[in-house]
Order: sequence, then C-alpha cells, then structure tokens
Amino acid sequence: MILYGLAVLLAALSGVPGLFFPRRGGAIAAWMLGIAALFGLTASTWILLGHGPWTLPLPVTPLGSAGLLRFDAIAAFFLVPVLLLSACGAVYGMAYWGDAHESAPRVRLVFGLTTACLALLVAAAHAFTFLLAWEGMAITAFFLVISEDRLPETQRAGWIYLISTHTGTLCLFAAFALMAGSLGGFSFSGFPPGLAASPRGTLIFILFMLGFGIKAGVFPLHFWLPPAHAAAPSHVSSFMSGVFIKMGILGMLRLLTWVPDPPLWWGGLLVLLGTLSGILGVAFALGQHDLKRLLAYHSIENIGIILLGLGIGTLGKSTDSPVVEALGYAGGLLHVLNHGLFKGLLFLGAGSVVHATGSRDLEKMGGLARLMPRTAGAFLVGAWAICGLPPLNGFISEWLIYLGAFQGLMASRLPWFIVALSALAIIGALALACFAKAHGTVFLGLARSPVAEHAHESPKAMLAPMVLLAGACILLGLVPVLVAPAMDRLVACVAGTPALPGLSGLAHLPVLTLLAPLLLILGLVCWWWLRPSLASKELPTWDCGYVQPTARMQYTASSFGDGLISGLSWVLWPRVHLRRITAFFPSGRSFTSHVPDLVLDRLGTPALALAARGAVLMRFLQGGQLSLYLFYVLITLLALLIWMVA
Amino acid sequence: MTESLYRYLQLLLHILTALLLGPLIPGLINKTKALVAGRKGPPILQLYYDLAKLSRKRAVLSRTTTWVFLMGPVGTVAAAWVAALLVPFGHSPAPIHFQGDVILFAYLFALARFLTVLAALDTGSAFEGMGAAREVTFSALAEPALFLGFAVLAKSSGSLSLSAMLASPGFALSRAMGPLILVLAGWCIVYLAENSRIPVDDPSTHLELTMIHEVMVLDHSGRPLALVLYGASLKLLVLAALILGPLLPRTANPWLDWGAYYLALALFAIAVGLVESLTARFRMNKVPQFLMAGVLATAFAFLLLLV
Repeated sequence: MILYGLAVLLAALSGVPGLFFPRRGGAIAAWMLGIAALFGLTASTWILLGHGPWTLPLPVTPLGSAGLLRFDAIAAFFLVPVLLLSACGAVYGMAYWGDAHESAPRVRLVFGLTTACLALLVAAAHAFTFLLAWEGMAITAFFLVISEDRLPETQRAGWIYLISTHTGTLCLFAAFALMAGSLGGFSFSGFPPGLAASPRGTLIFILFMLGFGIKAGVFPLHFWLPPAHAAAPSHVSSFMSGVFIKMGILGMLRLLTWVPDPPLWWGGLLVLLGTLSGILGVAFALGQHDLKRLLAYHSIENIGIILLGLGIGTLGKSTDSPVVEALGYAGGLLHVLNHGLFKGLLFLGAGSVVHATGSRDLEKMGGLARLMPRTAGAFLVGAWAICGLPPLNGFISEWLIYLGAFQGLMASRLPWFIVALSALAIIGALALACFAKAHGTVFLGLARSPVAEHAHESPKAMLAPMVLLAGACILLGLVPVLVAPAMDRLVACVAGTPALPGLSGLAHLPVLTLLAPLLLILGLVCWWWLRPSLASKELPTWDCGYVQPTARMQYTASSFGDGLISGLSWVLWPRVHLRRITAFFPSGRSFTSHVPDLVLDRLGTPALALAARGAVLMRFLQGGQLSLYLFYVLITLLALLIWMVA
Repeated sequence: MTESLYRYLQLLLHILTALLLGPLIPGLINKTKALVAGRKGPPILQLYYDLAKLSRKRAVLSRTTTWVFLMGPVGTVAAAWVAALLVPFGHSPAPIHFQGDVILFAYLFALARFLTVLAALDTGSAFEGMGAAREVTFSALAEPALFLGFAVLAKSSGSLSLSAMLASPGFALSRAMGPLILVLAGWCIVYLAENSRIPVDDPSTHLELTMIHEVMVLDHSGRPLALVLYGASLKLLVLAALILGPLLPRTANPWLDWGAYYLALALFAIAVGLVESLTARFRMNKVPQFLMAGVLATAFAFLLLLV
C-alpha cells in the first residue's frame, strides 16, 4: 500500500521545509499534510470498502511472524480522523500560530512528526513498532504542549503530561512482556482460550487498561488532560483531543480483538469506567470558566461514552449475543470518529475566540455571534453534535450505543446495561446544559468586557477547516447510511467473526436518513411562516421593562451552572470565595467560584506535597561526599553476599 | 381494500390530531382551574383565538438577538411534530414506527430544549438566563426518569418501538402491572416538570423569579410567540400519549379506541387542572427532590421487574 507509506512520509517531513524557508513554512506544511490526508483517506477508503489488509513483513523471523505493520480495517478507520484533523490543524495553524510566533517552525516540525507517529501507531502489529510509535507520539506531543514554554502554567502542564504518559508507557512495557511470556512472541496475535480468565490474563488486562487509560484520559487517570489541552495552541488541542487521546481507545480495541473469550467483568469494568468518566467529565466541565479546559473535560466525557460502547460490545461478546456486540462496538467506534470531528471543530472554534479576544475566560465573553457569525455558526454545529442531538453525527453514535444497551437489557439480566443506559441519559442532559452554557455565554447575549466588544472574525485559513469539519458533522448526521458498510467491516474485524448482522438494518439507519430531512423541512416550514412578520431590530431586550439593561446584569457562566454544581458539590467540591460585608454601610463585595480537579488538585498535589515532606526525613542519609556513597555500595554488596551465602 | 383504507384514515386522523388538537389541552386545564377557583374562566378554545391573533401581529426583535433567537420556537415546533409522528395515540400504531424510535423521541425533546435555552440566552436578559439555567438543571433529573421508564417498558414488552411498548396488550393482567404503575407515577412527575406545570413551575404568573419556561420566552412576540405557545401545547399532547397509552384497555374496534383515547385525554387534562388547583408551587430548591421521586419510582419499577 504505497499510498499509506507516502502519507506517513509526507506527514513526517511536512515541517522540514519550514526550517529553511521560514516565510512559506506554514503553507508548505499545510499543503504536504493536505496531500498526505488525501493519500491516507484514499488508502483507508480502499480498505474499508472491503479490500484485504496490507502487511509490512518482518525482515527477521525470531521476533515473530505477523509483521511489523498491518494496515487493516481498524488502522484504516483510525487513520481517517488522524490525517483529517492534522491537515485541518495545519491549515488553521497558518493563521493562528503564524510566523509572528517564534516557536512556529518548531511547532510545525513536531506537528508533522506527531502525525506520522500516530499514522504508524494505528497500523502497528508488533510490540516493537507499537511502543516505538507510542513513545514517538508521547514525546513529540510533549513538545507540542509546551509550545509556549515561557509560561509557568504551560511548563507545569507539560511536566504533568510527561510524567503521566511515561507512567502509562511503563505499564505497557510490563503488559507486553507478560503477554510475550504467555504467547511466545511480541507480535500481535490472539490469546489462547482461557488465558483471559486466568490470573495472568487479569494482570495483563489491568496493566493495559492502566497504560491505555492514562492516554485516553479515563477518570481517574485523566488528570494530565485538562491542563495540557488548555496550555497547548488551539490547533494542537484540537488534534490532541480529537485523535491523540483516541490512541488509548485504539490500544484497548487491539487488546479486545486478541481475546476470543473476554470474562464478563471486563465488559463490566469498561461500562463502569465509562460511566465514571462520562458523568464526572461533564460534571467537571460544568464548573469550568476556561473555555478550553471546559472542552478538555468534555473529551473525558466522550471517552466515557466510547468506553460505554466498547463495554456493551464486550458484554455482548461474553454473552454470545452478536446483536449487542455489533451495536456496542459500532457505536463506540463511530463515536471515536464523530468525537474527532466535532471536538476538533470545537477546539478550533475556541481557538478563534482566543484569537479574537485574547482570553479563554467565559466570564469575559458574550455577544460574539454578531461580530464573528461564521465562527459562531460552526461552534453551534459542534455544540449541537456533541450534545448528541438529532440530526447531527453525535446522535448517530449515541443512538447505536443506546440501542446496544436496550437490546442487552431486554436479552439478559446483567446490571451493566441499565447502568450504561442511565449514564447515557444523565450525560446527555448534563452535556446539553454545559454546551448551552458555553455557546450561550461566549456567542450570545451582550459583551461582558471590552475585549469581547472588539472581537473580529477570523481569517479564511482559520474558517475553512472549521467549515470542513462542520460539514462532515452535518453530512454524517444527515446520511448515516454512508458509514454503515465501513462500520460493518470494522465491527467484523474487532469481533473476529464476519457473520455479524448488518448494521444498516440493525440500527434502522435508512429510517433515520429519511427522518432527518423531514425534521429540516418542518423547521423550514415554520421559518417560512415566521419570516414575513419580523420587524427590524431597533429596540433593546424588553426584559419585563428594564429601562437600562446592561451587560453586567446578564446571567454569567458561573450563575448558569450554579444549580447543577451545587447539586453535584459532593463530588465537585467547588471553591467559593465570598467577601462578606461586616460594616454597617454597603461596601464592595466580590464573589468567585471555581472547580479544581478532583484527582490532581484535591488529591494528587496534597499527597505529593506530603510525600515530599516525608522525604525530608531521609535527608540525613545524603551526605554529599563520594566516600559516603561508596560506603553505602559496600554495605549493600556485603548484605547481598551474606544473603546469597545464607 | 377496506383494510388499507382504514389504515389511511387512521393515519390521517393521527396527523390531524397532532396538528390541531394540542391547543385544546391548555384550554381544558385553564377551564378546570377556573371552575375549581369559582371563576368563569376563559373559553376552552382561548388558545386558538390567541394563536390567530398573534399570527396577525408583527414580531418585535431585540437588537441583542441573532438568528438563534428564532431557532428556539422553530426548532421546538419542528421537533415536536416529528415526535408526534413517532408516538401512538391510543392503540393504533404511530405513522412512523421502528425499533428504537423511543430514543429518537426522547432526543427530539432534548433538541427542542437546547434550542429554547439558546434562544433565551440570546436575549442577554438576566431573567431569561435564570429560566434557562433552571430548565437545564431540572431536565438533568427528568431525563433519567424518562429513560428508566423506557427500560421497564422495553423489558416487559420486548420491543423498542413506542407503538409496541405503549400499546402492549395485556399489561393490566401481566406481571408487569406493578412496575407499570410505578413508571406511570414517575412519568406523571416528568410530565408536570417537562410541561412547566404546578407544582414545578407556574405557567400563569409573570413573576419572573418563580418561573422556568415562561421566563425563557419573555421576549418572544407575534408569530414566534405563537409558535412557542403552540409548541408548548404540542408537548402537552405528545407527552400525554406516553402516560395514556399503557392505561387504556384495548377494544376490538379501532374507532372505539380513538374515542376512548380522546375521552382519556380530556380527563387527563382535567386531572392536570385539578393538580394545579389543589397544590401549591414548590420552592425552587424543593423541585429537585420532587423530580428525584420520579427517578426513584422508575428505578424501583425496573428492580421490581427483575425480581
């Protein structure tokens, strides 16, 4: 498959010309990544249309037999969002992170390398290539996160990310070593029956879940994600949130394909983790005032939804119900693509807002829809889709997961399906609240600060990728039958059995394809009836007759979320700073509230601080003289010698 | 020949019911409230007159608003119409029914809520923001109750289509009787909350601090307001079908079924009117507890079904 190889090569080299031609670097990189995306998408379409997979064989047999790279349906599917978002990010970056930034050539170089690593990773079929690409991705992404390395906030985010990603990699090393011990090789091949249920299989599963869970941002391993996504430039956040964290999902998926007989508790654990990530992700998102942090928490929520899908699919596999299996896996996988599209779009939209106002603070925004109507429209499409509302693409994947949960519920007495169902309902309602808040406070109403009053629409290079992604969201939502054949092939590849029922009939996608235009037509009828009666806009908001309504009287993001946050305060632990008035006469008052991260700020940092204080007690051992340390070595060796003799 | 003719007639009746009958329900509720309070009250057809009057008026738009402001009423009505095509009125199947339409049904109302909330935020008014915040807060509890109820009906009827779930024959005699009662009790709470009725919300006051839905649509006027009012009445009609379907006994004659449904709908509207007359509106901080009762009722119903 020469196209795939060319795509990887082009992506890897895309930043190199920029080092020599600093003026044109952005455009060259964008062109190269764009062509790489075209090549890669063609290759993916070819595979997903039903052509056989392509394998890069191993030059040396002792390492294993399956090959180093295997471009199968799963790889083809994951390659689509990788290259699409990378190309969109590069075009967007031309204007957003242009040559005014001194780090622009560096970011471009690393961006291309990350894309190439991701493109290799999706097709990795051997522990060696997998870990190589995995580490390449982790390290290049570190350099992307610290693009603005002068800011202390960015440095902190970068360190937290680097440490957590390496912890994850360590777990993966252990898991691959254990697996090689059981399977006799490092190439990816199926587990023998019975291994998954054994203690060794359990250990392998837990290690893989830890390693992949950190990358995917599964609660409670998500703590690196919000600071890293908020600190990175927006086109990088879009890429990271859209595809980078999905590599954790890819890893879990590869693991699930190797196992013919997953124990029931695997699916249960996936559903449980999905519920936890989903509900807590969106709950924490509700408490954020930083637009990009809010979106980052929503990535955790959507990873939760994907895990719910995978969990339902695995439960279906364990209980031998192919319908549940197909629906769960298809829903989870389609959500991988969908989340890439709409979250990429939303981060690009957030980038445009940052570009226009220079702030990420929701409380300073307001009324941007009149100043930047195209960005507002694109962001609305993203918000609409991420809430899973019909007729956009988010609804289709959630629909599949819902159907899987309902089918499982009807066929068995396992408790996991009703847990997944209730979790999806709660997540849906909370996500709606959160995106009403985000879109409402940023784009609607009146400007809450001078920076929002002087905002401007983004240049074309930033708008074009957003329009492209919004168009993809709408297309997949209106015509879901388009993806059905590809999803069938993909699900067969994951499940290992080609005889699963076809998705199109199973999920009634043709009916949905008919109902979406019906909804649009009815909406247009109402609009057509409404239009002639509209007067020109001359008056301020009536608001029950306020004479001078001001922007300060609007509901703010904090007040909008207050009801839900106080209801969830037992898990969110919001911090409220309220200056009370104690004197007799009125004086200045202030109120601020924010929701710090439960794992990082509430548990991790205090625990580490405590550990650091405990480590002080050990300081007397550190004399600082070489002879002392040689003495320690001598004592250790002596002790070992005695132990060996005895 | 006559068989398919009957089917088409029923289809026509369903669509006409969905299009035209909605505004009657608020009329019945208000008449009941007036009679209980010892007043004469507005005529039952008052909302039709209001809609006719509003459709002749020009809409006043605020400078602050954008096209999103009009998406609220437009989206609400369009979503409610599609939902009305998915739900069976009584025992004859809905015009459009397929496995899983129940999920689409719930999400259409979520879509309507999303657009209404955005339209409210578009005005930049404190009151409307307040109403929008309350709406999304309370719906976070109504949604699980709705879906848990669907889970019970799906499990007991073995179907994922509203037409089969709500009209499943023999509910009254089967093991599902107990859970069904609990589900309907929970859904009555959801019904009152989703339609902004007392004791959750008060549709008749203009005291902004006590309202949820009414306060979100303060700035609509003319035809947009007509759509808002019509959409709210459609919601009353369509969600009532969820509760009335499982309650009604099935007769041999489909036309008798339709008659029984209309009668039940009228009685249901009167019952809502009586609830509104006899209870007081809850304090805002009590509303979540009330909705929680709905969630618990449906959750217990599911547990009961498993036993």
